[in-house]
Amino acid sequence: MSESTSAPDPFWKKLWRSAVREPYTGDRRSRLRLVMNNLILHLHPAQVPVRTLRFTYSWGLGGLSALLVVLLAVTGAMLMFVYTPAPDQAYQSILALNTQVWYGQLVRNLHHWAGNALVVVVALHLLRVFFTGAFREPRAFNWLIGLALLLLTVVANFTGYLLPWDQLAYWGITVGAGILAYVPVVGNWLSQVLLGGPEIGPATLLNFYGLHLSVIPIAMLFLMSLHFWRVRKDGGLSVPRGVDEAPVLKDENVTTFSDLVRPEAVWATVTLTALVLWSMFVNAPLEPLANPDLSPNPAKAAWYFLGIQELLLHFHPLIGAIVIPGLALAALAALPYLSGDMDSVGVYFRSRRGRWLAAFSAAAGALLTVGYVLVDEFYLDLPALLPSLPTLLSNGVVPLAALLLGLIGYHGAMRRFFRATRCEATLSVFVLVLTGFIGLTLIGIFFRGPGMALLWPWEVAGH
Amino acid sequence: MTTQVSQPGAVSRREFLKLGWGLLAGVAALEGGLAAVQFSLPRVAAGEFGGVFTCGPVEAFPPGSVTPFNEGRFYLLRLDDGGFLALYRRCTHLGCAVPWDPTTNQFVCPCHASAFDQTGQVLNPPAPRPLDRFAVAIQDGQVRVDTSRPLEREQFDPSQLVYA
Repeated sequence: MSESTSAPDPFWKKLWRSAVREPYTGDRRSRLRLVMNNLILHLHPAQVPVRTLRFTYSWGLGGLSALLVVLLAVTGAMLMFVYTPAPDQAYQSILALNTQVWYGQLVRNLHHWAGNALVVVVALHLLRVFFTGAFREPRAFNWLIGLALLLLTVVANFTGYLLPWDQLAYWGITVGAGILAYVPVVGNWLSQVLLGGPEIGPATLLNFYGLHLSVIPIAMLFLMSLHFWRVRKDGGLSVPRGVDEAPVLKDENVTTFSDLVRPEAVWATVTLTALVLWSMFVNAPLEPLANPDLSPNPAKAAWYFLGIQELLLHFHPLIGAIVIPGLALAALAALPYLSGDMDSVGVYFRSRRGRWLAAFSAAAGALLTVGYVLVDEFYLDLPALLPSLPTLLSNGVVPLAALLLGLIGYHGAMRRFFRATRCEATLSVFVLVLTGFIGLTLIGIFFRGPGMALLWPWEVAGH
Repeated sequence: MTTQVSQPGAVSRREFLKLGWGLLAGVAALEGGLAAVQFSLPRVAAGEFGGVFTCGPVEAFPPGSVTPFNEGRFYLLRLDDGGFLALYRRCTHLGCAVPWDPTTNQFVCPCHASAFDQTGQVLNPPAPRPLDRFAVAIQDGQVRVDTSRPLEREQFDPSQLVYA
């Protein structure tokens, strides 16, 4: 009797219950059910080992990458409503965006800086996974998916770079496509297909627009889903441990909601606030309208390519732009499948000796890189020393062979003189090459002025 | 009796069908892939660059002159001996537009500091080969340059010059 007389639930209550079936009561079971039953939250497991929550282990870099991708999708969609992908209108539409659209400049800034930040964050994520040894089985395949995502991030940045159709865009892409043309056999053809003709023109802009707005985002969305799914299938985050600690077999678990979700929300809020503040005060660069008759001096590629552009000053283009980056990528992909001789997953830099060797290799890499650039710039002229050889050999294969022998020798020296395990020696070579690449990139950004001459940063800034 | 006894090594019906489906799927994938590649091939160059340019009468270009033709992406050079040469202004290193510097009589690339002399030969690497050239023809006293195909070369050779 009493049931029939109680008032029927109001409409909004029915609607709410049809969407969220289980009421949330806050007890442990309810917290677990909440994560399992929510589409977004169930990207996480329902509970996680308490140790993996340590912020200074993961630095939240994977989640941060995902957050930036979402921000890029939202701001990118907004930009679509203003931008026209035609050479005679593209630059005008960016100007209109900056001056006539409410918050237009801010949205463009956010998109620009989030895209640049994504390159940095994804690279840091890779470093974190490498330095904690988390790339080994069972996570080996996810490491490969991550590498593919890193490449997609760079390609997404590269294709977006052309769209404003200013001088920066036009000549950055010209140089980039010029690099592509050095791929053996198919390079010229590839560059022509990508550009839609022999030089950058209307077809190029349309090609890049299509890639930037559909092909790359769809590929990224697919690979990201696979990446997240594999994290769970491969047993979640690797568990951090101290440098002298034995592997943790059983760890205390906590519920994801809200012991993991709360710090994630804090980190996301902090990052978003920082990005918005930065974008309020620092505008995305926009140079004058693209002018095919006038290459600016110096003509630099996007900053994340300046390490490769610096290599181009020292090596034949085939070696500097194709072979060396190709070898580096292949080595990265092969890393999880090389035999490891120590159990160090979860320990930053493998061991105490690993930490010491990493610091040593970083210093060595920085010194050797600066030294090589200076010597090659002012003293060494291989083509003149080896006049009988074509420059592909004298300025390409010969220094490349010396470089590779040097790396093998370095690996051997670590093993012999520092009694490093194979894992520690590989780590040392990795850090040596990494600091070399970072060094080249910094030289390319800050120390190259007009005519690509070596200058001090304040002199470069003056031009 | 028509009972079939399968011989060792013979292909069973199931294997045959599997193979057939596999081949069909492979052909379909190949067709799709080829269609996608052909779809993305460059459209035939429309507009000015890629066609034949009529630069003007021979007398308009004194010996020792360098005349830029921005629409055609080339420089028309007349060397001191009167020979004509059309140089594609695209740097052979990475494709920047190479400006002519009349004070040093060189083409100097702003991107990576490659330098070329008046005949397009490399004075300073990293450029791997001389500037490409376009075919020059002189008809009825008019200089014509065909920009449809850049001509690559290993070095300058007087046979590349065209005389009125």
